Amino acid sequence: MDFDDTPEEAEFRLEVRSWLAEQASAYSLKSFDDLSFEQQLSLGREFQARKAERGYAKITWTQELGGMGGTPMQAVIYEQEEEKYNFPTVFFAISLGMPIPVMRRFATEAQQQRYLKPALRGEEVWCQLFSEPSAGSDLGGIRLKAVRDGDDWVLNGQKIWTSYAHISDFGIIVTRTDPTVAKHKGMTFFFVDMKSPGIEVRQIKQAAGGGEFCEVFFSDVRVPDGNRLGEINAGWSVAIATLMEERFAVTDAAGGGAQLEDTMHFLRRELGEGDGGLDDPCVREKIADWYIAESGINNFYARLLTGLSQGQLPGPEAALSKIVIARKLQAQSADIMDFCGPAGAIYPDFQVSRANDYRIAWLEAAGYRIAGGTDEILKNTIAERVLGLPGDIRVDKDIPFEELK
Amino acid sequence: MNFDFSDDQKSLQDETHRFLRDRCDLSVARIVLDDQKQAYSESVWQEMVELGWAGIAIPEQYGGIGLGYLELCVMAEEMGRFLAPVPFSSTLYLFCEALLNGASETLKQEILPPVATGKLVGTMAFAEGFGFPGRDRIGVRFEGGKLYGDKWPVADAMIADAAVVLAVNEDNKPCLCFLDLDQEPVHRRQLESVDPSRGQGGLEFFGAEAESLTAFEGGSDNSGWQLFQRVLNSAAVLFAFEQIGGADACLAAATEFARERYAFGRPVGSFQAIKHKLADVYVGNQLARSNAYYGAWALATGAEELPLAASVARVSAIQAYEYAASENVQVHGGMGFTWEADCHLYLRRSRSLALLIGSSGLWKKQVTRELERKFV
Repeated sequence: MDFDDTPEEAEFRLEVRSWLAEQASAYSLKSFDDLSFEQQLSLGREFQARKAERGYAKITWTQELGGMGGTPMQAVIYEQEEEKYNFPTVFFAISLGMPIPVMRRFATEAQQQRYLKPALRGEEVWCQLFSEPSAGSDLGGIRLKAVRDGDDWVLNGQKIWTSYAHISDFGIIVTRTDPTVAKHKGMTFFFVDMKSPGIEVRQIKQAAGGGEFCEVFFSDVRVPDGNRLGEINAGWSVAIATLMEERFAVTDAAGGGAQLEDTMHFLRRELGEGDGGLDDPCVREKIADWYIAESGINNFYARLLTGLSQGQLPGPEAALSKIVIARKLQAQSADIMDFCGPAGAIYPDFQVSRANDYRIAWLEAAGYRIAGGTDEILKNTIAERVLGLPGDIRVDKDIPFEELK
Repeated sequence: MNFDFSDDQKSLQDETHRFLRDRCDLSVARIVLDDQKQAYSESVWQEMVELGWAGIAIPEQYGGIGLGYLELCVMAEEMGRFLAPVPFSSTLYLFCEALLNGASETLKQEILPPVATGKLVGTMAFAEGFGFPGRDRIGVRFEGGKLYGDKWPVADAMIADAAVVLAVNEDNKPCLCFLDLDQEPVHRRQLESVDPSRGQGGLEFFGAEAESLTAFEGGSDNSGWQLFQRVLNSAAVLFAFEQIGGADACLAAATEFARERYAFGRPVGSFQAIKHKLADVYVGNQLARSNAYYGAWALATGAEELPLAASVARVSAIQAYEYAASENVQVHGGMGFTWEADCHLYLRRSRSLALLIGSSGLWKKQVTRELERKFV
C-alpha cells in the first residue's frame, strides 16, 4: 500500500512539472483581479494554445485529433500539477469537458476537422445549452422548440444556467422536435453557431455576485440540418452520452474554500490564546470534523486513482465527492465566520487570497450544492446506480409531452 | 498510486469471509447474546485457532504465521461483518500489540507462542469505571512487582488467561504491566453490557504478581504512557476495520429490505426518503473506509502520521457504523426493533465499539492536537 506513482507516471509527472514551471511566470498569476475580463480571457487563450501544442489540452486523445495518446491517469497527473498554479483555464473547462467530446463522438468527419482543434487551442469556446427555466434536474422537460423548415430547423425558446455562453462561439443544444410523443422520445440534438441571428445572451447576476451563468433566448434561429447530432427525436440518448462523458475531475477536498492549514494559522493569529480561539474545545472539535471529512475525500480519491492507474474507470460512486465537498464547504465556511464573531460577516482587508476567502466560499457553496447536479439528484444516482434501489416511479413516462403540466 | 490491499490480502479476506459465513453467521453471536453464561463462542474460536488465526500477526520466531497489519485489517473487517463473538480483538489488537511493542525478549518468547497456538487468550485493562484514563487519572498501582486496584470494564475479562494492565508505578509514572490472570489475588466479575455478544467484566487486583513492560522507546520515564498510546492507535485502526465491516453489513441489509418490502404499492426503496438516507449511509461508509485505509497505510508503513491517521480512522468509523446501524433499524420499521431481527445486534455492537477504546470526542481531540503539531 503506497501513494507513489509508477515509474512511468513519475516520469510523466516530472515532464509536466517542468513544462508548467516554464509557463508559470507568464500565465500563472497570484490574482487576476487587476486584469479586465477581456485581458483574462486573452491570457487564457494564449495559455490554452500552448497546452494544445503539447497535446495537454486533451491528453487521452490521439495526436491526430490534437491530444497526446495518453492514459486517463496521465490526464489526472497533468491536472494535479496544473492545479498547483493559478492558470486562467476556467473558460475552457465546460467547452472541452462536454461539448467537444460529444462533437468528437457524433459530428461528421468534416465537422470534426473544422471544430475540434480550434476548441482545443482555445480559439473557439463551446457552451452546453441544456437547462431551461422549467427543466433543470428534469432535463427531459425541455421545451425549446425546433421545427423543420426545408434544410433548416427553426429554434424558438429559452435556455438558462449556460456557463460562459457570453463568450462562446458555438454551443450544443437539446431541443423539442415532437411534442406529441412521450417526453424522452421527442427530443433532437444539434450544435449551433452562437453568432446566429436571433440568439440573445444575457448574463445572470448570481447570489454571490458572479455572472458566468447566462440565459440564452432563441427567436427564429435557423440551424442547418447538417448540424444535427444523432437521429431526429433521438436527442435524449445524445444528451445522456454527454452527461456520462467520462470526466474525472481532480478533487480539491477543500472545494476551493479555505485551506485547513491557513485557517488554523488565521485563527491563532486573529483570535489569540484561550477561550474563543484555537484553544477553545468547540473550535477544536469543528477543526477535527472538517479534517475528518477532508481526509475521507482525499483518501477516497486515492482509492479511485488506484483503480484508474490500473485501468479501471470510476463508476457512479464518484458522485459522492461533490455531495461531501459542497456541504463541507458551506458548513466549514460558516463555522469560521462563527469563530470570528460579528466580524465574521464583514469583509475586512486582511491577508487572505480571494480563493481562500471563507466569506466568499460560504456564499458560493450554496450554489455549488446545486450546480452540475443537486445534492438530491446525486443521492438518487448513488441510490439507484450504486446501491441498485428501484428508480422513481415516473408518472409522466408514457404521456405525450404536450399533455404534461 | 497503489492505495489498496494486494491480491494476496484480498484472497485472505475472501477466505476469512467464507469461513465466517459458513461457521460463524449471526446465529453464533445470537447464542452468546441469549445465553448470558456464555462469554464467547468457544467452538468457533477453537476452529480459528486451528486455522492459525490467533497467531496471524505474531512473528514466526514466536510461533506465529508472521503476517502483517494489512492482513490483520482485512480479517478485522470480516470479524466485524459477522459480529464474531470471539476474543480476536482483545488478544490480537490489544494484548499482542502491547507485548510486541513493549515486552522484553524473554517475555515475548514465553507468552507469544501459547497465544499463537490458542492456549492463551489475552486482553488489555485500562478503564477504571466512568471516564477514560488520562495520564494523571490512573488509580491502579504497580508497587513492588504487584498490582493493586480495580479495572472495569475489560473486554473478555471472564475468559482471558492473561492481561496487560495500565497502572502507575512507584515513581507515579504510567506503565503497562503484564500479568497472568489465573492467580488468587485477581478477582473477576462479569458485567452486563449493551452488547452481550462481546463479554465484558471487571478485574480487581489485590497484590497480583505482574511485570512492567519497559522495552518501548528505550524505557524512558514517559515510555509507559507512550506505549499505551501506541497500542490505542494500532487498535483504533484495527477496530475501524471491524466497524466498517459492520457498517457495510448494515447497509447491505437495509438495501435488500428496501428493495423487497412493498408499501403504498411500491418498494419502499423507491421513495427518496429511503434512497437519500441509504445514499447518506453509503457516503459515510465510503469516507470511513477511505480513512481506515489511511490508518492501515500508516500502521503498516510505520509512518509518523499514525496518531493522526488512527484518530481520523476511528472517528470516521464510529460515525459511519453508528449511523448505518441506527438507520438499518429505521429502514426495517417495527420489525427492525424486534429481538428476532438482527438489526439490534449491529446497533449494540456499533455502540460498544464506539466506547471501548475511547469515544469519538476523545479521539477528535487527538485529531486537532496532531493537526496543530503538523501545521501550527
